[in-house]
Amino acid sequence: MAAAKFDVPELKDYPIIPKLKKDAMAHSAPYVAKEEFQTKLGYPGELIDNWKEVAIEKMGELTDKYRSLSVYLDSCVKCGACTDKCHYYLGTTDPKNMPVARQDLFRKVYRRYYTLAGKIVPKLVGAEDLTEEVLDDWYTYFHQCSQCRRCSVYCPYGIDTAEISMAAREIMDTVGKGQKYCNEIIGKAQVLGNNLGLPEPALIDTLEGLEEDIEDETGVQVKLPLDVKGADVLLITPSADFFAEPHIDGLIGYAKVFHEADVSWTMSSYASEAANFGMFIGSYENMQKLALRIRQAALDLGVKRIVFGECGHAWRVAYSFLNTLAGPFDFLDSNYPVPQHICEVTHGFIQDGTIKLDKSGNDHMTLTYHDSCNVARASRMGDTPGGQFTIPRDIIKASCNDYYDMPEHSIKEGTYCCGGGGGLLTDDLIELRVKGAMPRMQALKQVTEQNGVTHMAAICAICKSQFSKIFPYYDFQMDQIVSVHQLVSNAIVLTGQTDGGSDEEDTKDAEQAA
Amino acid sequence: MSILFAILFYAATAILVFGVAYKVRKYIKTPAPLKIPTTPAPTTRSGVAFRMLKEITIFESLFKSNKWIWLFGWLFHFGLLLVLLRHLRYFTDPVWWWVALLQPFGKYASIAMLFGLCGLLLRRIVVDRVRYISAPSDYLMLLLIIGIGTTGALMTFVTHTDIVTLKSYLLGLMVFDIRTMPTDIILVIHLSLVILLMVIFPISKLLHAPGVFFSPTRNQVDNPREKRHISAWAIKLESSK
Ligand code: HEM
Ligand code: SF4
Ligand code: SF4
Ligand code: SF4
Repeated sequence: MAAAKFDVPELKDYPIIPKLKKDAMAHSAPYVAKEEFQTKLGYPGELIDNWKEVAIEKMGELTDKYRSLSVYLDSCVKCGACTDKCHYYLGTTDPKNMPVARQDLFRKVYRRYYTLAGKIVPKLVGAEDLTEEVLDDWYTYFHQCSQCRRCSVYCPYGIDTAEISMAAREIMDTVGKGQKYCNEIIGKAQVLGNNLGLPEPALIDTLEGLEEDIEDETGVQVKLPLDVKGADVLLITPSADFFAEPHIDGLIGYAKVFHEADVSWTMSSYASEAANFGMFIGSYENMQKLALRIRQAALDLGVKRIVFGECGHAWRVAYSFLNTLAGPFDFLDSNYPVPQHICEVTHGFIQDGTIKLDKSGNDHMTLTYHDSCNVARASRMGDTPGGQFTIPRDIIKASCNDYYDMPEHSIKEGTYCCGGGGGLLTDDLIELRVKGAMPRMQALKQVTEQNGVTHMAAICAICKSQFSKIFPYYDFQMDQIVSVHQLVSNAIVLTGQTDGGSDEEDTKDAEQAA
Repeated sequence: MSILFAILFYAATAILVFGVAYKVRKYIKTPAPLKIPTTPAPTTRSGVAFRMLKEITIFESLFKSNKWIWLFGWLFHFGLLLVLLRHLRYFTDPVWWWVALLQPFGKYASIAMLFGLCGLLLRRIVVDRVRYISAPSDYLMLLLIIGIGTTGALMTFVTHTDIVTLKSYLLGLMVFDIRTMPTDIILVIHLSLVILLMVIFPISKLLHAPGVFFSPTRNQVDNPREKRHISAWAIKLESSK
């Protein structure tokens, strides 16, 4: 692990609210998108000359299009309740990372140009002209928000800073100042079908390799089908599941569940990506383009159901927006919700006894669970509110013998972001990612010390990548983050399996040591 | 004086009513194109009504968030509500029975309100995070309401004004008949500040009062899979493809 060029926050025994330190993170901004990636998405290649006028006009357009934005800009009373709720504030102590202060970067401009008080007495009401410095501040600090919505839980009016970050990013894109990481990825996904730009042959290769691995390990022929017409289920999963650790073990888990439950399923090379980065840049149009690929794939393959793999932001877009963006899905089987989460599917099979789990398959781990924020606060699983908390936990508890929750303030609706969500999972923001993970690391350390927790499970591709990257900064091991379906995979009893669960464990450990 | 204040009252009322109506209209007309309730969220309309009721009566989210702000904020708002209701007796004749019933509570509510306000002001000055996010208007707003509350409480507990004349003046205003207004200084200050508050209401953060009802993270039903949610401009976007 490279030595950090910045101070890694110290993990205290209990959470504290830090004193603010002005401009502590003023130096952190991601790379700006190059012309080619901007124009692909329909944005100007570089900062346009009349950016100011265009930005102000766009701001007005957005407040007319989004009630959230309009109401939130007017309603904040500066009560301060949200000031200590953002993991980026807690980890960096930069006051502009307090949710309300982040909003105010936007609000002060809105007030100046769109409110009477701000036009007449700007100083009095904290209104400010849009200047180059303000734009730079936007770029810096709206890329220090992972759109995790923790602040919206605690605001008395539900003001969601994520909505404001998205609007700010859309305005910046419109004037030609987009973010490299997000816009490149969206471009790839719109052309190749996934964020990594994996072409079809590479996918086929990977999936075949995995099938062999599973057969070697278990003696059972578990399939990972691609582009199979007439399958019942179309699985849409984050492309990280195809190659990254521990994601890939999750993918193997889904495959085993489908196999054991005898579900006919397929993935699609045309829509080989669950994560929809269009949301991060607040662009309805770009988000819709990506969502429509999924609809198209479902039509082309003639499936009856759509199921999503483990991914936090993907599940938000899928659960909350897919029907809006690409519906109606009346051509699918109406006996199942559209879309379904893989956890809902697996949970159902555990409950009705279709699949059997041998908990000892995970005896080498003591587990806890990281609620991915977009699953926790922006979606649901199952029929009842809060199913997004109980269903994954039920699955984990059915797959292992030792499970402990992290402290209450850091889980469920109060969960802390991993620090890498919302389009920030890029190396140019590593300092922010490490610092933003502090509250989660603090909570994890607590259960590590008190309950002997060894591994943390998650159901978000970004969370998994982020944790495996930043764990070492906090003296955890990269492989202490696991997929929920990896646990299922370790525990599931496959019919006709040659090797016992314990053997599987050894291979697993060997793999991780490698 | 009576005429001046009559004009000011009419103007302030018009600004308040039309200003807030204008804003509310804008909130209604602006679509919420995506489902964004902060989950776990109710899955039915009545569930949402209950969630909103809790937000408005007991400030549920604020309670989860920060007990001090909640305590001060709730005392202030609950006090304010009682005080406002108590004021109805100046505008009704005969006084409605339940307003009469509230009188003794309303009297002390002003104390609770002032206590809450001072707590909020103190936090704003003392807590570094809250100080950082405060603009001059945020302090002035609190001072303004403290001013209204203090002058009001002074008249209740210390130097009583001529209530009978005042009530006759206010009842007169309601039927566009301008009678004489008492002119003791405390009352004049009290009324001037109230008029100022009414005027700035629709152009300030006081818009949180109507705003809270329109917050999509709180007032949306969590049913995106069951029911397709789509806004007018999104439909247009679709058909233009
Ligand atoms: C639907 C009715 C209302 C609701 C639900 C509501 C709710 C709230 C909440 C939750 C806060 C934040 C906590 C606090 O600082 O007290 C707040 C602040 C505030 N409210 Fe209200 N409010 C309502 C009506 C009003 C009205 C009619 C006024 C008019 C005077 C008012 C004046 C204020 C002020 C001045 C603050 C800021 C306090 C500060 O500076 O810290 N509110 N309100
Ligand atoms: S909690 Fe809400 S109202 Fe209070 S300061 Fe934060 S955003 Fe503003
Ligand atoms: S959405 Fe999350 S990252 Fe953004 S300001 Fe709120 S708490 Fe911070
Ligand atoms: S990456 Fe995971 S924890 Fe981070 S914002 Fe997304 S869902 Fe939340």
